[in-house]
Amino acid sequence: MTQKRAILALKVTLWLGALAPGAWLVSGISRGWLGANPIEKLTHVTGMTALVLLLLTLTVTPVRRLTGWNPVIRLRRPLGLFAFFYVVVHFSIWFVFDMVFNVTWMLEDIAERKYITVGMAAFLTLIPLAITSTRGWIRRLGRKWAKLHQGVYIAAVLGVVHFYWLVKADTRLPLLLGACLMILLVSRAPRFSGRKKSADDREVEEVV
Amino acid sequence: MIIRRPADIASSQITPEHVYLNRRRFLKTAAAGAAGLAASPAALSALRGPDDQEVPARFRTMRSEIDEELNSYQDVTQFNNFYEFGTGKDDPYKNSGDFNPRPWTVSIGGEVAKPGDYHLEDLLASESMEDRVYRLRCVEAWSMVIPWYGFPLANLIRRVEPTGNANFVEFRTIVRPEEMPYQRTSVLNWPYVEGLRMDEAMHPLAFLATGVYGMDLPNQNGAPLRLVVPWKYGFKGVKSIVSIRFVERMPLNTWQRQNSMEYGFYANVNPEVDHPRWSQARERRLPGLFKNHPTLMFNGYADQVGQLYAGMDLNRWK
Repeated sequence: MTQKRAILALKVTLWLGALAPGAWLVSGISRGWLGANPIEKLTHVTGMTALVLLLLTLTVTPVRRLTGWNPVIRLRRPLGLFAFFYVVVHFSIWFVFDMVFNVTWMLEDIAERKYITVGMAAFLTLIPLAITSTRGWIRRLGRKWAKLHQGVYIAAVLGVVHFYWLVKADTRLPLLLGACLMILLVSRAPRFSGRKKSADDREVEEVV
Repeated sequence: MIIRRPADIASSQITPEHVYLNRRRFLKTAAAGAAGLAASPAALSALRGPDDQEVPARFRTMRSEIDEELNSYQDVTQFNNFYEFGTGKDDPYKNSGDFNPRPWTVSIGGEVAKPGDYHLEDLLASESMEDRVYRLRCVEAWSMVIPWYGFPLANLIRRVEPTGNANFVEFRTIVRPEEMPYQRTSVLNWPYVEGLRMDEAMHPLAFLATGVYGMDLPNQNGAPLRLVVPWKYGFKGVKSIVSIRFVERMPLNTWQRQNSMEYGFYANVNPEVDHPRWSQARERRLPGLFKNHPTLMFNGYADQVGQLYAGMDLNRWK
């Protein structure tokens, strides 16, 4: 019972925390205090939020292993989906306001600007993961589901590289996120995680 | 056509220094009080500078030479690139309250007949100040239309009599890490350095601004003296200038030093030469939302400055 309550509290925190940047932006738009270039603000905040949420998604499993508290795994899917939600908004703002719905301009930008190339690759990598995040898909894909969802590591790496390549001079924040990601990835190496091979299968069941 | 006006700003319209300094102090206090409430609209509106009603009346109808509207005082003074105060666009507005631009001395040296440390007041005393409405095109593909207040750079240059060896002018921003928080980081190489070729510097469009909207430059816009070169990307407009040197060799400007693959010395606005990060063919005319405003060659000043670059390969000399 207390466990259920703890999970519920965590989930409420997660929803409030994940919706907060969006709510801040929406109220900024309606009250007009996003400054002279609201699109830049919207793009930066949604991109940053997506990246942080993606890294938090990758934090769930190490936390579960460290604490041995398995129910925490239930935060993983909502975190991942919120990350994807912000990625979609981030992309849409760019497509609508920067590319002005012009697919030719968009393809040019994807081809010519490497930070956009990797950003787009991260977005495309996340799409199948978001689609197959439902219980039905988890059941249908079975063991293949865990394999497929390892794509999140690729998306996270691409996301951090996207951020690193787009900043002009101050690389401190992208490097910090890169270091966090590195720790999260290293913590998964068999030597550190201290788990046996079948753990993946168990994880799938726990998610459902 | 350049808008040339006499110095029609009445002395009563100029913010007296004590009011100006009080406002700074108020902003500082307000900023401290607002810490933690950063996202609250009330806190933000308390941080606002003079609003549009306080702008001198002559700006109400002023437009650019191709009939563009001016950006508001808020746009111009609250959305800035001035890395000494932070890399976010609102950082300069929020973090420049400690900066004290008075008194101010500009050191002029190198290949000149009259080198020396000049008090800003003395430099300005013999200048007749004027409003200049210019487009500002940032390399990041956004743009504004800004009514600067100041005098042509050529006037100052003639006064200090450069020698025949002066091929370039090099400008430096002040270094005051105690007042400019990001100078305590190594985000860029300090001091900020920019330069112009001598003929560019002597061009009548090259401008030294001491004000915007007829009022003293706020700290975040480069108080008390900054360069404005409207046919070049905004980063050429070095702010809070303390040193002007006349030199033989092309100076290594800060952004070129930072990343020579992406930034060159000339940095002329050119829709045909793309930057690796931003297509330069289009721009977002703030406060507009869509990046669909076509960028003009030399930012629309091609008729005036094109001949400076006759015969130069603009793909190579970025």
